Amino acid sequence: MNPEPEQIVGTSSLRKEGAAKVLGEAKYVDDLSLPDMWFGATVRSKIARGRIVSIKFGEGIDWSEFVVVTAKDIPGTNTIVHLIQDHPCLAEEFVNHPEEPILLLAHPDRARLPQAVAAVKIEYEPWPAVFTIEESERMDPIVWGEDNTFKSYVMEKGHVDSVWDDAAFIVEGEYRTGAQEQLYIENNGCIAEYSEEEGVTVHGSLQCPYYLHHALMVAFNLPEDKCRVIQTETGGAFGGKEDFPSVIGTHAALLAKKAGRPVKICYDRGEDMAATTKRHPSRTRHKTAVSRDGKLLGGEIEFAIDGGAYSTLSPVVLSRGTIHAAGAYLWPHLRIRAKAMATNVPPHGAFRGFGAPQSLFALERHMDKIAAVVGITPEELRRRNFLHTGDATATGQIVKDPIDMNAMLTRALEASDYHAKTARFAEENRTSTIKRGIGFASFFHGAGFTGSGERRLNSLVKLEVNPEGRVVILVSSTEFGQGTNTILCQVAAQALRVPYEEILIAQPDTKRVPNSGPTVASRTAMIVGRLVERACESLVQTLRTDAELPDGYSAAEFRSAALQYLGMHGVLHASARYEPASEIFWDDENYRGDAYPAFAWAVYVAEVAVDMTTYAATCTNFWALQEVGKVLHPVMAAGQIEGGVAQGIGYALYEKCVWKEGAMANNQMTNYIMPTSADLPPIHVLFEEIPSIHGAFGAKGIGELPMDGPAPAILNAIEAATGIAFNECPLLPEDIFEAMTGRDGGSEDLDPAVAGPVFSGSTS
Amino acid sequence: MATQKIAFTLNGNGTQVDAPPMRRLLDVLREDLHLTGTKEGCGEGECGSCAVVMNGELVNSCLVPIAQTQGAVLCTIEGVATSEGMHGIQKCFLQRGGAQCGICTPGMILATTQLLARYPEPTEDQIREGLAGNLCRCTGYMRIFESVRAAAEDARL
Amino acid sequence: MRSNAAEYDLIAPGTLDGVLAAMAEHPGALTPLAGGTELMVALGAGRLLQKSFVSLGGLKELRFLDDSNPEVLRIGAGTTFTDLRRSEVIAREFSLIAQTASWTGSLANQNRGTLGGNIANASPAADTPPALLAYDAAIELISVRGVRTLPYGEFHLGYKKTALAADELVFAVRLPRRFAGYTQWVRKVGTRNAQAISKIAIAGLTRVEDGVLYDIRLGAASLRDRPVRLTAVEAAVEGHTVTDETIRAARAALVGEVAPIDDIRSTAKYRVAVAQNLVEEFLRIV
Repeated sequence: MNPEPEQIVGTSSLRKEGAAKVLGEAKYVDDLSLPDMWFGATVRSKIARGRIVSIKFGEGIDWSEFVVVTAKDIPGTNTIVHLIQDHPCLAEEFVNHPEEPILLLAHPDRARLPQAVAAVKIEYEPWPAVFTIEESERMDPIVWGEDNTFKSYVMEKGHVDSVWDDAAFIVEGEYRTGAQEQLYIENNGCIAEYSEEEGVTVHGSLQCPYYLHHALMVAFNLPEDKCRVIQTETGGAFGGKEDFPSVIGTHAALLAKKAGRPVKICYDRGEDMAATTKRHPSRTRHKTAVSRDGKLLGGEIEFAIDGGAYSTLSPVVLSRGTIHAAGAYLWPHLRIRAKAMATNVPPHGAFRGFGAPQSLFALERHMDKIAAVVGITPEELRRRNFLHTGDATATGQIVKDPIDMNAMLTRALEASDYHAKTARFAEENRTSTIKRGIGFASFFHGAGFTGSGERRLNSLVKLEVNPEGRVVILVSSTEFGQGTNTILCQVAAQALRVPYEEILIAQPDTKRVPNSGPTVASRTAMIVGRLVERACESLVQTLRTDAELPDGYSAAEFRSAALQYLGMHGVLHASARYEPASEIFWDDENYRGDAYPAFAWAVYVAEVAVDMTTYAATCTNFWALQEVGKVLHPVMAAGQIEGGVAQGIGYALYEKCVWKEGAMANNQMTNYIMPTSADLPPIHVLFEEIPSIHGAFGAKGIGELPMDGPAPAILNAIEAATGIAFNECPLLPEDIFEAMTGRDGGSEDLDPAVAGPVFSGSTS
Repeated sequence: MATQKIAFTLNGNGTQVDAPPMRRLLDVLREDLHLTGTKEGCGEGECGSCAVVMNGELVNSCLVPIAQTQGAVLCTIEGVATSEGMHGIQKCFLQRGGAQCGICTPGMILATTQLLARYPEPTEDQIREGLAGNLCRCTGYMRIFESVRAAAEDARL
Repeated sequence: MRSNAAEYDLIAPGTLDGVLAAMAEHPGALTPLAGGTELMVALGAGRLLQKSFVSLGGLKELRFLDDSNPEVLRIGAGTTFTDLRRSEVIAREFSLIAQTASWTGSLANQNRGTLGGNIANASPAADTPPALLAYDAAIELISVRGVRTLPYGEFHLGYKKTALAADELVFAVRLPRRFAGYTQWVRKVGTRNAQAISKIAIAGLTRVEDGVLYDIRLGAASLRDRPVRLTAVEAAVEGHTVTDETIRAARAALVGEVAPIDDIRSTAKYRVAVAQNLVEEFLRIV
């Protein structure tokens, strides 16, 4: 009889690269040096939009010591390719946002660069610019394309025009979210090398080696085998290192080519915050037809996001935001009009959630409003409208998961003692200067690429066996804290029935690893993990067939079969390419069909306290319940939820970007407020597990889900506490003050020009 | 301007550097002494990823001019493990999910050494306060607190 | 890192006399650098205009807490915020300072930041000056010409302008030890619970006899271009009991004597309103 394989998946194996991290031995890109390496820096636009009139290299610098790169030095196309090619690598005649890169400098002494950058004097002819969705909509001026619109969608279900007449209630609302900075603690950085023989090589802090690889091919006009990208240990990413490394990596490569030596570019915090991507600000307008007993009859949703100056990933962020805008509810009729607008700020980009936190914020606030209008509780409204197994989502996808959102809601509300607290707080608030409230959000998050995206990605995973007989996983999926290395090794270990410690995973190097797709969209465990599982099955099959691997083999027998095979053939590989687990129907024109291979489902509950002396709201307790398929690694999964909730709390209450003429004025950690350990509540994480057919051992995606719930749950709680409906996040004390007292002084009055007493009087 | 010879004890070893007196301790450690375990996250003393222990106190090395380390006793993350292996705090961070991307981890571990030295049985508030100067963007702090509690527990046994 | 450290100089004479002599040689040429938690931030940001510094690090003559005099506690300018937090006499007699020290940056910055540096940096948002004002502090300034003492309220002349001569250092803070039995309260409102620059902070002391408030003293941060005493509020309350009427008068008085600004962290209207609320909170706990 076969012995039961040891259960590895579902246990908390030690983080694969964890020892190096706790010892301080892990090497991030700024810890690395190459021989003869120089350092690079970027000269950037100081205006939001206009024409470059002249560039002068100022006095006091020996420019002969520097290598200077301009757009003219770009061998291929002057673009950073994302979905289209509107994004210049370096500005030539026109600039469209503050901090737009214009030229690059390199020098052997890193300390000399800041002054050199400051000494490049650029004269501009400034043109009018737009900085908000509203300004962009007015199309005066037009700053992109024909109508300032990067992309628009119309998504329809049923016939929404027919619902209004029968509606007992028509509920409208407008909801806004601000930009959010990813604030990975390691700034963007890379080291590039160039030679005629090898081509371009970039080592960097990044999520998607093949994205940069593609960008290099286009900018350098080089074939695939003359571009190479290697991911270094990455100190946090959250989407902020999805598309942006294509920019910094290409810049460093251009300098390396011209300098004839390796060049490192590492941003400092101020530059990273000012010049790189952020979460898209959004504006959502809801108009909902509701029956007398609180059933959603239909709705119109207008969803707009601010994409910044170039298209980059905005069409895809818009797509995901659009598909999630209707949430976890059954809408008989629906029309969503969505658009991504161009403004003259640095292009916005990927940040955990990728459009869904924005549209779900609006929806979950709006649901509480509908409940109030109808005269039922927020809980009851959800219960009357949740999607059930067999229902069709807003895109017409039939829910196949045996998910029971009513049971989820019950469980979350019980765990948080929601009903008792609601009653108790209402009583205590009458006389307390600290108003307490409890609120929740119920939602889902689609894992994997939309529609046929995974088929287009056509991900490939390989395994190879090294001379010691150990299996090495070859994927382009990157580790940046979320546990890629660990979970993929767990999956392989269990699929192969060898100890976890035996499995190796290669550093993502495009010369060595196949393209298993980008590390985004909560797809790694589900899509790539499943491919690793299948590749392992294929490997075992090969050894059974060709190396006499017996049934019920032990780890030692596996290794010896592998060595035997290697002895005979020299190499031992296996691979697996993506195939959808079931038919996926997706109509990209009309946005109908199976939007995602799988959904994770959640109910989050937030408790808040609002201090009437300072008008400050804090989150005092938090419960996060989710159904995510098989939990591959309990500690890491909980860690992902806790970290995501923390970012969501920041999104709700602290992390305001303050803009001045399109530039981020609070680009320092002192003034961009991220919660510290003294600010966050206890975060209670609960899982339901319904194994999915799509993922490795039944896993679905969890990385982004936790970003969707906190902000609406918190603002729902604040409404319960104060009786005031706040519909914009981040919600600062100044905004609560303004609403409560009817006086001005909300955060729209923050003055970005006055940084206040941060620096000593000896500073400029 | 001239450089100065600055001598200090680093991770138990006598060390001397020749550097401009206002060069940041952080840069001396990383670039001159090639000890890259100490990280730069913000350069303004907010994130704590550059934290080291100087004369028995946690300090942000991005804010210390090297001239002021004359005669000091310094400890960086490289000096935390012993010849016998990982420090108990490091083991707990590894086992309990206290490190995700790892970039805040060296500073966080040094802050923990100082916290537990002062409060061997820290309360929740003492832990929160003790680590409030070390920003972590990945974990939401929950597993860091757990790692600290576990390390305190282990040290007691 | 936006500065070239090679362009800066720092000398460390190692004794207070050596430092003062160096500062007197070319007054204004040397900038004192104590814990570095302010100046090194400017260096990192490329905004440090001075190039020549004299280190106050490790000067024993500046780092002391002298409680030998039963009337006056003298705190050396080189006392760190951690020293202040750990001092028993401060905890006992000047508890507001123990609190404000605990709010000043992170532990790592408290270990390095000094009281003298914080005062000399003269930020209107600094956390401890309101408590010093409430405690009727005096400040000793020292140079080669000797020591002079002024009421701390006369030290701040304007936004980041102080009474320090070009060759002078803050030497010590003198606190009269006369507040036993006073009600003491301080509150800071920041952008978050830790590591926050204040939007407003108010420190309050008062003696209460039969419900009547005497010698009420309120110090405030971030309400004017320098830390200030809220003298109009004090006048509205002095000699009164706490009633709805006194609270109303106190709130009204505050509006006229503050001039907060809109800045990147908060707004003027918010600051005024919250300052009023803080004053009310203090009066209600008295």
